[in-house]
Amino acid sequence: MKVEIKVGLKEGITDPEGLNIKKSLKLLSFDNVENVEVKRSYVIEISGKDEKKIREDVDMMCKKLLINPVIHDYEVEMIK
Amino acid sequence: MQSGSIWGDSMDRSEIKVCVLRIEGTNNEDEMYYAFKRLGASPELVHLKDLKDIFDYNCLMIPGGFSAGDYVRAGAIFASRIRARMANDLHKFIDEGWPVGGICNGFQVLVELGVLPGFKRMDYPDACLFLNNSARFECRPTLLKHENKGKCVFTQNIPKGEVMLVPSAHGEGKLLFPREKEKEYFDRLFENDQIVFRYVDKDGKYAGYPWNPNGSAHNIAGICNEAGNVFGMMPHPERSYFDKNNNGISGMKVFESVLKYIEEK
Repeated sequence: MKVEIKVGLKEGITDPEGLNIKKSLKLLSFDNVENVEVKRSYVIEISGKDEKKIREDVDMMCKKLLINPVIHDYEVEMIK
Repeated sequence: MQSGSIWGDSMDRSEIKVCVLRIEGTNNEDEMYYAFKRLGASPELVHLKDLKDIFDYNCLMIPGGFSAGDYVRAGAIFASRIRARMANDLHKFIDEGWPVGGICNGFQVLVELGVLPGFKRMDYPDACLFLNNSARFECRPTLLKHENKGKCVFTQNIPKGEVMLVPSAHGEGKLLFPREKEKEYFDRLFENDQIVFRYVDKDGKYAGYPWNPNGSAHNIAGICNEAGNVFGMMPHPERSYFDKNNNGISGMKVFESVLKYIEEK
């Protein structure tokens, strides 16, 4: 099974990268850009079909490596 | 730290074995190696895969660089590999009072390991060294004021209040704590004497950008754990080893301090 994990910043954490991208888009005359959030996406292939077990594994992967709980939130999507 | 000798008789400088730990992408290990070598200690460059037993050494140092390409987050992969290989040994090494230091990327690794600020034993990070406010890699000399009252074993030979010129070179150096615990954690750092270095301007005053290159709250550049034997800082004292200030203090004192601590304990 393929799983997509999207890691983004928690609400209230200033995103310097997003602000910089927004500034550059404005300089390129995209005046209607109001906000840019940067997210990182991981698409992971995992063997097995037990979705509950896979979801538990994904949560541990996030906790142990993919996120820093101080600044990050994440969303998980199962892609069949 | 516990009083008296924890290692029996005092050690001779040349017997002190320093593990300078590297993986692919670390790039400051040579400067760190020579910082200890010039002071008469016995450093070794050790790849994590070749590390047999951390207790073969008297000090663990994690150098700067871009370990594992800074993939995922700066220091995250190096930290996860250390955790996978020797998490329990590392905690035991720290609990026994052996010094552990991280410079720049090494500081990021220690934070990702959860051993800094080290308020309690954790197997995940309790802090973050986040993107600089400028969203740029900031690379230039910075002025640091030594703030520690004597707890940090890496700076015991530097007088409190001393201002040193130490180069910074990082993109992710802003110290963040969980938002809901931010005030409590910063208060604890000050109360516990865990603040080691803070960025200052040319008059020795706490100032914003560009003196503070990353936007860290309270201008924090380096901290230690509650016992004082785990220490991390973003700027590079190994790169200002010879650059003495007017009082004769240079980056060399960081390495000399920890060697003296090991000799005297």
